[in-house]
Amino acid sequence: MYAQLIKTARSGITPRDEMTDQEREFQDRIDRNEKIEPKDWMPDDYRATLIRQIGQHAHSEVVGQLPEGNWITRAPTLERKAILLAKVQDEAGHGLYLYSAAETLGESRDELVRLLHEGRMKYSSIFNYPTLNWADIGAVGWLVDGAAIVNQVALQRTSYGPYSRAMVRICKEESFHARQGYHAIMQMAFGTPAQKQMAQDALNRLWFPAMMMFGPHDSDSTHSEQSMAWKIKVKSNDELRQQFVDQTIPQIEYLGLDLPEPGIKWNEERGHYDFSDPDWDEFMDVIRGNGPCNVDRLAARQKAWDDGEWVRDGLMAHAKKKAAKLAAE
Amino acid sequence: MSNEWPLWEIFIRGQHGMSHRHVGSLHAPDAEMAIKNARDVYTRRNEGVSIWAVEAAHIAASSPEEKGPLYEPSNTKVYRHPTFFDIPEEVGHM
Repeated sequence: MYAQLIKTARSGITPRDEMTDQEREFQDRIDRNEKIEPKDWMPDDYRATLIRQIGQHAHSEVVGQLPEGNWITRAPTLERKAILLAKVQDEAGHGLYLYSAAETLGESRDELVRLLHEGRMKYSSIFNYPTLNWADIGAVGWLVDGAAIVNQVALQRTSYGPYSRAMVRICKEESFHARQGYHAIMQMAFGTPAQKQMAQDALNRLWFPAMMMFGPHDSDSTHSEQSMAWKIKVKSNDELRQQFVDQTIPQIEYLGLDLPEPGIKWNEERGHYDFSDPDWDEFMDVIRGNGPCNVDRLAARQKAWDDGEWVRDGLMAHAKKKAAKLAAE
Repeated sequence: MSNEWPLWEIFIRGQHGMSHRHVGSLHAPDAEMAIKNARDVYTRRNEGVSIWAVEAAHIAASSPEEKGPLYEPSNTKVYRHPTFFDIPEEVGHM
């Protein structure tokens, strides 16, 4: 999802009789669905895993602004432009909520940003795909934010209080994102044949990258077990992916668009849609840095950081000078 | 070159006479910018009509380890709750 392939800082799951008393007490609190708060005792590995997951989630929000920011100046109407601007601004806010949550664990925002820029932390693979035309912007809101909502609604129940509260805020705003995207796609799907074709093409291209957002199959997701026991993760990758597919197919049908791949079929027995796997080799390749836009995205982030340095330093210098003057009076 | 802006905790009062409530935190070089940033981050959808910004370093907090001794004295005083007292129905709403 916005956090994929998070390595739990501990391999395998610690059996109860190998836990210290403190760890056992901690696990009991989690099992009782108590929220863990910043100053509470927590295992070092719980803290480290959370920093990785929340950090990656925050980076995804921030990098996620780039593919959409790309279209702000070329939105088809002033209204669509204002809407897209508001959405992209929300993403910056979401990044901020999440960095703040990570900071309560003792990791500074500057440090997380540094790790991102050095390529030592990741963001969601989805943002390494390009937005080629206006239909892609609609499809991103509809499918990418739609997938994000499925994941983030579940994460509202995550065990770490500040992360959970950030998710509650984010989910409220995210619903606007998905709806504005679907609305934009609706206009195209019900428009001229050429517009409808663009909507179809965007759906076809973004479908598998959206599927990948949920991460590998549970059977290949070796790090999930401890994260699930700690309720850092609440639902498994496959559960969330299925939920996303089930909710999205009727939306595709309403638009009168063709299903994006031939494997999608209603399975009466399971009560769910069947669907094909994305190309997992491609997924791993994008994660490794070889997607269509990895280099551009990181370069844009680094440039924004470097270009903003004089503003950050200047405002800090001004604040210090003002405070010194006030103290002297 | 760590010149990181300090952390501020943000409190917002909603429209209906509620008290200020903690909504989150942000970084800002000074109080004025903290309030401006809080406006942009935490009140984009009519969430409030008043903002307090407090530098996080200035907040004193109780420690979770003292939770027991800190709150225990009030836990034993159930008579502080109105439901402790059975009032006959004939008396009416009280």
